[in-house]
Amino acid sequence: MSTLSSRPAESAVGRSVAHESAAQHATGKALYTDDLAAHTVGVLTAWPVQAGHAHASITGLRTDKALLVPGVVRVLTAADVPGVNDAGIKSDEPLFPSEVMFFGHAVCWVLGESTEAARLGAAAVEVDYAPLPSIVTVQEAIRAESFQGMARTVQRGDAGAALTTAPRVFEGVTEFGGQEHFYLETQASLAQIDDAGQVFVQCSTQHPSETQEIVAHVLGLSSNAVTVQNLRMGGAFGGKEMQPHGFAAVAALGALLTGRPVRLRLNRTQDMTMTGKRHPFHASWRVGFSEDGRVLGLQATLTADGGWSLDLSEPVLGRALCHIDNAYWIPDIEVHGRVAKTNKTSQTAFRGFGGPQGMFVIEDILGRCAPALGLAAAQLRQQNFYTPGQSTPYGQPVRHAERLGTVWDQLSTTSEFETRTSQIALFNAAHPHVKRALAMTPVKFGISFNFAAFNQAGALVHVYKDGSVLINHGGTEMGQGLHTKMLQVAATALGLPLDAVRLAPTRTDKVPNTSATAASSGTDLNGGAIRNACDQILSRMADVAAGLLGVNAADVRFAQGQVTGLGKPNAAILSFGEVAGAAYLQRVQLWAAGFYRTAGLHWDPERMQGEPFKYFAYGAAATEVEVDGFTGAYTIRRVDIVHDVGDSLSPLIDIGQIEGGFVQGAGWLTLEDLRWDESDGPGRGRLLTQSASTYKLPSFSEMPQIFNVTLLERATEDGVIYGSKAVGEPPFMLSFSVREALRQAAASFGAPGHSVELASPATPEAVYWALTRARQDAERDVTLSPALADA
Amino acid sequence: MEPRSATGNLSVTVNGKLRDIFDGRAHTTALEWLRGSGLSGAKEGCAEGECGACAIMLAQADGSGGTAWTAVNSCLLPLAALDGQEIVTSEGLATPGTLHPVQVELAERGGSQCGYCTPGFACSMAAEFYRRGRGTESTPVGHPADGGDLDGTEGCGERGPNGFDLHALSGNLCRCTGYRPIRDAAYALGEPDPGDALAARRDRPSASPLTTVVTAPDGTFIRPATLAGAVGLLAEHPDAVLVAGSTDWGVDVNLRGRRSPVVIAIDALPELRGVDVGAEFVQIGAAVTLSEAERVLAGRVPLLAGMFPQFASRLIRNRATFGGNLGTGSPIGDTPPALLALDARLVLASSSGQREVALEEYFTGYRTTVLRPGELIMAVRIPLPLATLSVFHKISKRRFDDISSVAVAFAIDVQNGVVRRARVGLGGVAATPLRAHDTERALTGQPWTSETAADAARVLGTEGTPMDDHRASARYRSAMLEQALLKFYSDVTLDQEAVS
Repeated sequence: MSTLSSRPAESAVGRSVAHESAAQHATGKALYTDDLAAHTVGVLTAWPVQAGHAHASITGLRTDKALLVPGVVRVLTAADVPGVNDAGIKSDEPLFPSEVMFFGHAVCWVLGESTEAARLGAAAVEVDYAPLPSIVTVQEAIRAESFQGMARTVQRGDAGAALTTAPRVFEGVTEFGGQEHFYLETQASLAQIDDAGQVFVQCSTQHPSETQEIVAHVLGLSSNAVTVQNLRMGGAFGGKEMQPHGFAAVAALGALLTGRPVRLRLNRTQDMTMTGKRHPFHASWRVGFSEDGRVLGLQATLTADGGWSLDLSEPVLGRALCHIDNAYWIPDIEVHGRVAKTNKTSQTAFRGFGGPQGMFVIEDILGRCAPALGLAAAQLRQQNFYTPGQSTPYGQPVRHAERLGTVWDQLSTTSEFETRTSQIALFNAAHPHVKRALAMTPVKFGISFNFAAFNQAGALVHVYKDGSVLINHGGTEMGQGLHTKMLQVAATALGLPLDAVRLAPTRTDKVPNTSATAASSGTDLNGGAIRNACDQILSRMADVAAGLLGVNAADVRFAQGQVTGLGKPNAAILSFGEVAGAAYLQRVQLWAAGFYRTAGLHWDPERMQGEPFKYFAYGAAATEVEVDGFTGAYTIRRVDIVHDVGDSLSPLIDIGQIEGGFVQGAGWLTLEDLRWDESDGPGRGRLLTQSASTYKLPSFSEMPQIFNVTLLERATEDGVIYGSKAVGEPPFMLSFSVREALRQAAASFGAPGHSVELASPATPEAVYWALTRARQDAERDVTLSPALADA
Repeated sequence: MEPRSATGNLSVTVNGKLRDIFDGRAHTTALEWLRGSGLSGAKEGCAEGECGACAIMLAQADGSGGTAWTAVNSCLLPLAALDGQEIVTSEGLATPGTLHPVQVELAERGGSQCGYCTPGFACSMAAEFYRRGRGTESTPVGHPADGGDLDGTEGCGERGPNGFDLHALSGNLCRCTGYRPIRDAAYALGEPDPGDALAARRDRPSASPLTTVVTAPDGTFIRPATLAGAVGLLAEHPDAVLVAGSTDWGVDVNLRGRRSPVVIAIDALPELRGVDVGAEFVQIGAAVTLSEAERVLAGRVPLLAGMFPQFASRLIRNRATFGGNLGTGSPIGDTPPALLALDARLVLASSSGQREVALEEYFTGYRTTVLRPGELIMAVRIPLPLATLSVFHKISKRRFDDISSVAVAFAIDVQNGVVRRARVGLGGVAATPLRAHDTERALTGQPWTSETAADAARVLGTEGTPMDDHRASARYRSAMLEQALLKFYSDVTLDQEAVS
């Protein structure tokens, strides 16, 4: 086992500890970006002028009336940009556009002494638009062949031939919508310029280094003239990986031009109408099975609705293509992917990053085909699991494939799957108007950025003369508990109690050139970097301690804040602080910059072949639902999960990620419904569900009544920080068990053997129509084939 | 009483300290002011009372001479409405060096991840922590909304072993945790310690509302002392906006940028504050909040008892009033279908006197009513005796804290197996709430059987003129009308079987 993954016996990792900011959260003392703005004297507020067209040329822009509004200080337009007028990394996102690309696109920004002044100023800006034809739905984009970026294909074997010879072939179309991140804290930035002209932007961003780069290039500065800091985020979920950059740049531009601090915080409607979301997908597919239900081949075309600009659509599509297999061995496969260009917000990263969309397709296929194959859906899934020695369609061996079976069997036991399945059958037979169902689905999710260069991280660890420790790393805290885990890692690496280590906010002038905190990789990467820095320091301190203790440096042990020498049980025990103090006097460096790069990754994006992932995270969930036949309304009665996080660094936090991810996934699949005006009226392209009152995310009523989460035991992951595995994204996809349970419950209103198509999201209305069709199919059976009904 | 005005003598007690609150505007919300005055614990998550990130506790009269800590959305509260009142924010729950019990439980059990919603949860949870009598309510209880548990083997789990009612948190959204640790935190709470200052505060009366006048460039906010004063002002300013809980107006101010030259707060008018159960009718004052009515009526009107838990969230019900829900004239309010089925009448008041109108005649079109300029709603009257069978049936995407796509209320008298009288109120299927007259006719005089229910359900499915929108399709709305009656019949029959 690598030294990176081996863990000391008594250590700060592996313990359940509360989030490092939990007390500040609960008391309201934790500061978020706009709280800082609220405490800043003389701050100006930026407010957008949003276009009311899906697609239009801007033919005139007059700001003079806005400047007459009391309290309006300045209007920022394209003419003010000293550098590059672009907020993205693909040169396709003008910050101040000349062409409106989606309904709600910000044309220019007004700075005011107050929110009220800025808002009224924005209302007074006059913009002339020449409307242009627009594409709003993905079907329109497909018809118009409106695509952007590179089309990609993942292929193995000969899927066409496999489908020609397969005994059972099914085909269909699967469509599903996007998802609004609805981080409780909307996008926020606060920009200031110091006496030397250094630009300082506090920003709610998952990617401070990229925010820094975009701010610099908009302002025409080099990166060393811009510092970005992030204290914490009030949720992000991928929505603050790319989206904050332009807003930070607007605030920084305002600060540069006025010499005053500028805050930019979107209100909820602005955030929902201006920022990107999870990609909606359209998929057409053909699948072939053997008579006994083994998947033989799959052909599919996936179209991601990318919105108006590329953003992260290509890598999102790439991950979708790499996860359409989920946990299943598909010998012959050919999956094409492309990104539609539409006049909507530019869709972006969202927890799972295309993985959920890819898995949606295969889980929908299996859920729809199981009845026609005469198999229980759980049986169909299980018998198609990867087995050791097999590889993914993109050529990566599925290491630890046996864990799928281990997890599945353990879950079957802990969830009492067989017993409850029988009980549910009895319940359903006795209840004509209400049905229950229990469904199990697996997850296999690849961990690492598909883009290999992102798999690096840095850290800065300071040991002070008194032995206290301050750590800094390139990752950002969005609620996932990264900072808590990093404190645990540093304490473990230095042999200290947890409370001996403090953490300083994420800043680009402490750790440069960082990757986004994304792809579930925050702990793997930054933990590796912190460990590296700590190891450097400890090696130097060991030399110092060796001299003090009279032992060889290799025999110095650091544990629980004490420093001892092997074989010297009666020697004086030194405190960590004593060794640090001695090191200082001996002029030994007590701080270090750490670095980590994930080894062993390679990827050919053209061929879509290689080993893009360090490892796979596995899990499975069993969900029981109850559906009301009158309305389609349902409750989640019980959820059991077994999930593989390697050896958990922080069980309380990992379980929180699993539960939270599951419920967020269930929200996407059942409740969260983005509706756009697809009419030809004047509101075409407008987001209709642009507020909390119209876009519903899960509340207490969607929480499973019984919720049991078990971490897979003895799951050490070799080569990863203290044997752990990433946890941020994989549990999101455990929620397919909810959708499949709803499908099965709807089917129970009809007769066995019928495929049930369930619209997405599976709202009560969608479930109602599904169960209504199931009933109708059953009635037709009775009429046409009484013998079958009897059987 | 000397009217207070915008010369700097408006004040509010925040976390035990008296603070001046005027900031030069009449439309400032409590949240804006709190955040601007150094208390940034309360957050803006939605600015429309849906997410609860802005929740604070307000000291309100508990109806028996003491004070009830009441969780409210500070984003919807006009700052001026707090004049003379007392509030506690998340920062004020803790004492230096010591977390409040709800904060301890939230922090230790993983109840916060990103933490942005947590101050609001802490306040909602603390208000329920301090609810008198909580600890004596240990039996898990269901609400009609949940349909109970159909196999009767377990409770529906919306009340903890410590009496904590989970509906207290129904107006708080968390995007990170999935809620389970927050529920566990709530259910782990004990009783307040003997030395708990906020618990002790409950024994003293809450502050009496003050008459307040705030005049500022963006408008005037007035809280008159009497009904006569209010209708007098309304006669002077017929276009004035009337607010009680401000749960609707607050949304307009925040999301739609609406401002009004004159806002008149009528929430404290004694004439609008009573709940009286008489011989001939139950009267509910227009400024009685949904929460107060729920508490005072205590199940006396089963149809309303079934509606209350489905009406928005506790945070909203703590401020929203019957008068407000009717005053907006919205076709998707939850009280109109219920009150239509109850055959309610409205008492309207103006400077020229009072009059009574049947609720059915009150709505005239989309958000228009028979209210004349200068007139306000004083009270709702529900005639007695009540129908023997009734139910409130709400269709929405989410069980808590959602807006109806369809709401149906039934009130049916069955005697000797025959339907003697039927009233059916509908919401969400036309420009106004409406009575389902054809359905009522199809039921009345018929035997209460599954055939009658099925026949009448088909009629009900054709009532109204439902539309497609983001909440539901027209087809689903019509189907839900029909299904509502079938479900009602089925549930009643099941109940009767269970009894017999």
